[in-house]
Amino acid sequence: MKITGLILLFSLGGLLFYGAIDFPSWGDPNSPASSHLSPYYIEHTMEDTSVPNVVTSILADYRGYDTMFETIVIFTAGIACIFLLRTFKSSIPESRMYRHIPTGITLRIEKGGKVPDHSDHFERIDSVWIPYDLVIRTTCRMVIPFIQVFAFYVIAHGHYSPGGGFQGGVILGASFVLFALGFNLRLAIRQMSEKITVFMCALGVFIYAGTGILCMVFKSNFLDYSALASLFATDPITARSYGILIVEIGVGIAVMGVMILLYYNLASGGKHKEGL
Amino acid sequence: MHEVLPFIISKINYFIYIILMMLGMYGIFMKKNYMKKIIGLNILQTSIILFFISIGAKNNATLPILELQNDHDANVAIQAVNYINPLPHVLMLTAIVVAVATLGVALAMVIKIYKDYKTIEEDKILFQTAEDTIENE
Repeated sequence: MKITGLILLFSLGGLLFYGAIDFPSWGDPNSPASSHLSPYYIEHTMEDTSVPNVVTSILADYRGYDTMFETIVIFTAGIACIFLLRTFKSSIPESRMYRHIPTGITLRIEKGGKVPDHSDHFERIDSVWIPYDLVIRTTCRMVIPFIQVFAFYVIAHGHYSPGGGFQGGVILGASFVLFALGFNLRLAIRQMSEKITVFMCALGVFIYAGTGILCMVFKSNFLDYSALASLFATDPITARSYGILIVEIGVGIAVMGVMILLYYNLASGGKHKEGL
Repeated sequence: MHEVLPFIISKINYFIYIILMMLGMYGIFMKKNYMKKIIGLNILQTSIILFFISIGAKNNATLPILELQNDHDANVAIQAVNYINPLPHVLMLTAIVVAVATLGVALAMVIKIYKDYKTIEEDKILFQTAEDTIENE
């Protein structure tokens, strides 16, 4: 078995090496990949969309239909993770541990006992619980706002610098994951509940597809943002850059929601309240 | 020898991507642990991303953000030779994020398998399922 696999791998690798000999050399400006379609994008992006970042204009305008379905793929992955892992029927454990914070006493509550409700005086001790750590919590508290501001900058400044909805959304989602790691998964879920997260996933896709349908309402093609010129009171070319910005915001919201959703489900094994 | 070395250097990106791709495929084919298989899958994805990014490179070109004299001066002639190919970057930008999302689904599947079989070793799971079918018969 092992030898067969190795032979297969080496023969496939050898074939690929043989094929790579005829490929254009690295950095060749006249290579087939760079000589047919991409010069059009580079030379016409300013007059078509007035966006200097060619990557953004291709992503959200020239290939906007493709990107819409990429967003839907991400949305579907988030939903699939819920369907695979999420358990809504929580089995009541034999005993729960609660710590009374002012006195430092740990209570063990048997099955059927009265469980303290959400308050600042009690914290639940289980596999989700993280010991209090001053350095980690202070660092997270200081760093998270800057990460979020940077994420908004990356989303909003994607027209003029490297960035856009996908990158900014991932950074924004990462800030919430850092919050959940540094503080507590349960606290993070209380701050940013599962319902809001799922709603954000759907909202992002809705903004993207809704922009496309809005263009159809203004009697143009799906995702042809120049039709929105009368809505923004600008010329059609600037309207395209505004349309790209709206779409990028939608992508950012969807990606952020999916990142948080994946972390919640994977970190707790689907039992958001109980932990792994 | 003095001809072979420049040839290898001019094609180095393809050779690196093939080596990485074979490493990833080795992980997918040979390893019995599902986590290791997922890591192999990710290495394979990374090799494809590297391949796409490397075919967009051009010598003496800068990144695909147009340099304008001022904000309203769109009439400056823009030469495609001066900017690297943006198309592979766009394709891989979405592919990276989709890879992260599908990685989440793969990890969810592994957690689900672990809950059902208490192991993520492929041969042990096959052994367990074989035992179950024998018992059912």
